[in-house]
Amino acid sequence: MSNSSTALHDLSVAELAAQLRERRVSAVETAQHFLARSRAQDALGAYVALNEEATLAQARGADARLAAGTAGPLEGVPIAHKDIFVTRDFPSTAGSKMLAGYQSPFDATVVRKLAEAGAVTLGKLNCDEFAMGSANENSAVAPVGFEAPAPVRNPWDQSRIPGGSSGGSAVAVAARLAPAVTGTDTGGSIRQPASFCGITGIKPTYGRASRYGMIAFASSLDQAGPMARSAEDCALLLSAMCGPDPDRDSTSLDLPAEDFSRSLNDSLDGLRIGIPAEFFGDGLAPDVRAAVDAALQQYTQLGAQLVPIALPRTELSIPVYYIIAPAEASSNLSRFDGVKFGHRAKHYTDLVDMYKKTRAEGFGDEVKRRIMIGTYVLSHGYYDAYYLQAQKIRRMIADDFQQAFAQCDVIAGPVAPTVAWKLGEHGNDPLADYLADIFTLPASLAGLPGMSVPAGFGEGGLPVGLQLIGNYFSEARLLNVAHRLQQATDFHLQRPEGI
Amino acid sequence: MSTPPLIHGYEVVIGFETHAQLATQSKIFSRAPTAFGAEPNTQACAVDLALPGTLPVMNRKAVECAIQLGLALGSHIAPESIFARKNYFYPDLPKGYQISQFEIPVVQGGEVSFYLGDTPKTVRLVRAHLEEDAGKSLHEDFIGQSGIDLNRAGTPLLEIVTEPDMHSSEEAVAYARELHKIVTWIGICDGNMQEGSFRCDANVSVRKPGAPLGTRREIKNLNSFKFMQQAIDYEIRWQIEQIEDGHAIQQATVLFDPDTGETRAMRTKEDAADYRYFPDPDLPPLQIPEQWIEEQRALMAELPRTMAGRFVADYGLPAYDATTLTQSKAMAAYFEATTRGCAQPKLASNWIMGEVSRRLNQGDTGIEASPVSAAQLAALIARIADGTISNNAAKQVFDALWTGESADVDAVIEAKGLKQMNDSGALEKIIDEVVATNADNVAQFRAGKDKAFNALVGQIMKASKGKANPQQVNDLLRAKLAG
Amino acid sequence: MALTPQDIGRIANLARLELTPLESERMLTQLNGFFDIVEKMRAVDTSGLSPLAHPVAVIQPVALRLRADVASEPDQREANQRSAPAVERGLFLVPKVIE
Repeated sequence: MSNSSTALHDLSVAELAAQLRERRVSAVETAQHFLARSRAQDALGAYVALNEEATLAQARGADARLAAGTAGPLEGVPIAHKDIFVTRDFPSTAGSKMLAGYQSPFDATVVRKLAEAGAVTLGKLNCDEFAMGSANENSAVAPVGFEAPAPVRNPWDQSRIPGGSSGGSAVAVAARLAPAVTGTDTGGSIRQPASFCGITGIKPTYGRASRYGMIAFASSLDQAGPMARSAEDCALLLSAMCGPDPDRDSTSLDLPAEDFSRSLNDSLDGLRIGIPAEFFGDGLAPDVRAAVDAALQQYTQLGAQLVPIALPRTELSIPVYYIIAPAEASSNLSRFDGVKFGHRAKHYTDLVDMYKKTRAEGFGDEVKRRIMIGTYVLSHGYYDAYYLQAQKIRRMIADDFQQAFAQCDVIAGPVAPTVAWKLGEHGNDPLADYLADIFTLPASLAGLPGMSVPAGFGEGGLPVGLQLIGNYFSEARLLNVAHRLQQATDFHLQRPEGI
Repeated sequence: MSTPPLIHGYEVVIGFETHAQLATQSKIFSRAPTAFGAEPNTQACAVDLALPGTLPVMNRKAVECAIQLGLALGSHIAPESIFARKNYFYPDLPKGYQISQFEIPVVQGGEVSFYLGDTPKTVRLVRAHLEEDAGKSLHEDFIGQSGIDLNRAGTPLLEIVTEPDMHSSEEAVAYARELHKIVTWIGICDGNMQEGSFRCDANVSVRKPGAPLGTRREIKNLNSFKFMQQAIDYEIRWQIEQIEDGHAIQQATVLFDPDTGETRAMRTKEDAADYRYFPDPDLPPLQIPEQWIEEQRALMAELPRTMAGRFVADYGLPAYDATTLTQSKAMAAYFEATTRGCAQPKLASNWIMGEVSRRLNQGDTGIEASPVSAAQLAALIARIADGTISNNAAKQVFDALWTGESADVDAVIEAKGLKQMNDSGALEKIIDEVVATNADNVAQFRAGKDKAFNALVGQIMKASKGKANPQQVNDLLRAKLAG
Repeated sequence: MALTPQDIGRIANLARLELTPLESERMLTQLNGFFDIVEKMRAVDTSGLSPLAHPVAVIQPVALRLRADVASEPDQREANQRSAPAVERGLFLVPKVIE
């Protein structure tokens, strides 16, 4: 290995890409370095699939393009994908027994776009089953190095959850097992684990990134986004991930690809940051509040002003989200019936029995719960009272944001009411998880871009994230606002002990 | 409309749901081909199989087919319509839901007009909506199992739904034939019923006149006009018998068995009622701007209704003739070509609807394959019109053309000596002879007995071996006797 | 309003999920707990509001994108059926379908 490789895992995506371009390190060396780290740290349970052969083949291709001078912007940079994206080179399971060992005949559009930009895939990352969860405790897949499903551990305190549903993604970045990764965010699944693991993550405007090849949870909410240590790195990945997918995804918007790094260093003078009172109520833990307040003070020193705003339906976003998401999920998951792919029960009496046993065996408790809720709220006589009502309030919530953005440029607040909780702490109380999503759900329902930026540390030295919410298509501005904070602070550079 | 016919004192009420497969190259939501009869599952791509991560993208041509049908049937074309998911589990339904249209369909209202015998009928449409077809379950040679072929899954369909406006199996079949004619005429459907491109479901109920609508039973997948008639007739009889025997009709979906000629109830899915429809979040609303509709209108061929109207206006044909001649594009074209050649629209109509159709039906051949070309028929009609030959003679000529004995009208007239005698010199000679040799008839006529005149005409026609022009004979004879 | 065990049975059947008696019991408790927090939502006056077809539709119209009618998907039956539980002669096998 080259002598620069000792610190390879501490380099930012930008630095790593530069070293690769300058041929100071090869893509193969880089890949091998991260694969070795990933295996050494497998106790964290971040990865569910590695395929050294495939990874090194991709790396050799990258080296060839680097040599030929046909390199893409991320040429040779190793990344890993949340296992909710389908991939040809790795099994795609969505964290479910239903898809154990499933081989997709195609790559997700996001996976393809990152590969076209030159990124090399290290493997697939653990997540809650079908992205349903806030703690990554709902994965039914055994992590690399394990025989049976095992919890994904927060590198800042391995007795705690990493957050979810993109828990494996957040852990991989926090533990330096990959410089950057992909995640998906339906109700906070990028922002919340990023906050709990002290990294940076962004969910773009709904429709920015193609959903083709993202195993669907809730179609009108699912969005892909990057997770990395810094806003600068997120911008590099996001620029490669976004863009219309006219042949594959009808919900992707006709917006040309953008360079989201273009305004990273813009001044924050006169920036109006909206502070929603509803995000700072009694439910907010003091340690989280303290870290968030400190970050907001930091912004005032950077020239921004804090503007009080109202998001009056913040609390309603919990029932609204937990009606709409399960309703869509109950329909999206009907294709898992044991006929065309995936798990099929061994013993059954007839067709209907085959369906019922296959789905009973293949789905975990949380998934079954949401299928039940979704089926109920769509069923005859309940549709108007639940699903339709929720969709109408969703419009109200989106309108509330538009009124707020008349008074401010970005909105800031906590990502979650507390820091990461103990493994198993919420045990058999799914509602506790639902209620903890309160601050991430409003932006999800409105389809707005949202970020989590490391803002300090709370109880037990656990990371606290600051949530930044922008108006539609304002990702570049959000990343700029995050980047300026990261130039003034070093929370995002801190590393968990023993990493 | 007149009061509907009664069967054993019962009024029959029939509504139709027709699934027309649209003539597109690719599926409605994927880019897999739609060709019929490929190897199992070789035309089912990742999207059609609902593989994890796949999403639908709408086929523009399918929307244009819907617009054209709406224009053909005088329907309202919704500026914005919504795709919805119809959720139910079935092996031939890969996603566990069918993408269809529920609350707001693309085509709304409209009507289908046709003749039942020579009575004009109109059936009102409720709607026509776009949806995807399902795959097929094959039950043969898999012991205790079924094989699923998803090649057909995702084939674009228009489901065309009528009001319950039909009151007999004949009327129902006439409606279906008319709708079949329209979709094939405008080219949005190949109309191949054997291959399932045009499938009809008939909702049948009976009631005593004035009573509320009876409970209906739906006969599914009628894929030939013959079976349609048999199935509906059987169903009507069965329902009336049930009621007469004091049994209530249970709402049911039934299948027609061509072998037994009977309908039998399908196994009912116990929860079939609850499809949990909701707008498909993968597909934003379908928007159809007025200008797109106008573009489609401009591209469409003249519709049968319009063409029939033109036949009445321009050629002075009776409405019945006009409608009959526009049963197919080919027949309409044959008529117009014939008329161009002889400038005798009514004669052309009579011959095509009469002799030509009769012969075609005997040989069960389409007019495209008629042994007598429009040009030949035109030449023949021209000879009738200019008095060269009589109608009877014309039939002989037509027969010669049909059998291929000859291809030239005038040649046949010559060869068979069918020309009418129009040369008055020769005719007067015959008349003089007949008058001379039938003095008594002449006397009787002069005594006021008109019969005697006809007798003389008969003699003259006989003497001319039928070639004399009867009108001319009349005129000349009267002149002579008056003299 | 509270769900009954009958509701759980009906929904589970609609969703094609086999639940053990114990699971059904737990499900009933959890769903009723959930629907308690939903009650707040039902009280909201939403008269005159239409649902959002696409989140971004709140600021700009989002119409369905249409694709040209081109059949360009190659036959990939083998790859597509690689993860199929039961296939014979290219057909997916399932327990007998009775019509």
